[in-house]
Amino acid sequence: MMNLMSAVRFITVLLFMFGAQVSLAIVDGHEYVFEEGSAIENQSRAQLFKQLAEELRCPKCQNQNLADSNAMIAQDLRRELYSQVKEGKGADDIVDFMVNRYGEFVLYRPALNEKTIFLWYGPIALLVLALLVFIVVVLQRRKAAASPEQAVKKDNESADENISAAEQQRIDQLLQAGSDNGQSTAPHKEGE
Amino acid sequence: MKRWTLFIPLVIFFLLGFFLWRGLYLNPKDVPSALVDKDFPEFSLPTLLSQETKTRDDLLGQVRLVNVWGTWCISCKVEHPFLVELAQQGISIVGINYKDDNDAAKRWLDDLGNPYVFSVDDENGDLSMDLGVTGAPETFILDANGVVRHKHQGPITKGNWGPLKTIYDGLVQEANLANGLKQEPNK
Repeated sequence: MMNLMSAVRFITVLLFMFGAQVSLAIVDGHEYVFEEGSAIENQSRAQLFKQLAEELRCPKCQNQNLADSNAMIAQDLRRELYSQVKEGKGADDIVDFMVNRYGEFVLYRPALNEKTIFLWYGPIALLVLALLVFIVVVLQRRKAAASPEQAVKKDNESADENISAAEQQRIDQLLQAGSDNGQSTAPHKEGE
Repeated sequence: MKRWTLFIPLVIFFLLGFFLWRGLYLNPKDVPSALVDKDFPEFSLPTLLSQETKTRDDLLGQVRLVNVWGTWCISCKVEHPFLVELAQQGISIVGINYKDDNDAAKRWLDDLGNPYVFSVDDENGDLSMDLGVTGAPETFILDANGVVRHKHQGPITKGNWGPLKTIYDGLVQEANLANGLKQEPNK
């Protein structure tokens, strides 16, 4: 039953759109008719209306756009948005209208300016930074693996699979000697 | 690799942690008004009681509170007695009757007292939309040149009037000073 009804509705909408050059935007169950301009204009206006209703945030609500909210202010703003789109105003003009009154709070897609630049490019910058660090670390370890003797001096952890048992013994000796007192030597330690 | 570089992730972690922690204590309902330090918008609306047309010019020349109210708004009822008290103290309050039923609004003023110099009837909410009003009550403090200097969301009460009074008094002083400067050459 529901399917049949929605099919009938869909066909009516199609007939409407192609027959009378009228475009419809259905937002939150309400139908918004665009019939003032040419067929193409009406279509793009309907699209713009839908896009802005979804992109503008209801100033009274914490996290709902104009399309979703039933707050009185959202209804008023939807009406205002509808009449401005019908008049053929562009997206920039309408967004300016809203921002001048309600502040940048209403933008779910904030404008790119010096205040929001970190918001827009911060994640990418952090990702690039992380990749750079990763690459540097990997390259360093590769270099260390390629020349074990140098690596022992620089970083004995990364290269310890590549050293012989004799070398390991000597390292252990040296480390033990140095661990109690940086200047004392092994024989000294035994004497104490 | 130098040893101190190992601490960079820790430092980043603490920085992020600090900002997130600060974020816990911000009030998400605190939306900064886009209108502060801008001119009060132009309008031409009839008053509620006498149907006389008022414009922005009628607001000039004096520091004023502009209070957005409606009989449908419960917080406005809470706020109303205090507005009456402020009006008795000589503070000029202009009302914007926001999307209201005129008869109900008139009855409200009859029953509860009328603190307003005048109230304009903003039936469609056009002026309120230009003001960026999101609900009632909201109160704007205007300087003598008709510039919005402060916006207060929610009812004005004895409890929160203190800082608002400071702003109001500051603006009155500013206006007196400007008047003095203008009048002095004439004297």
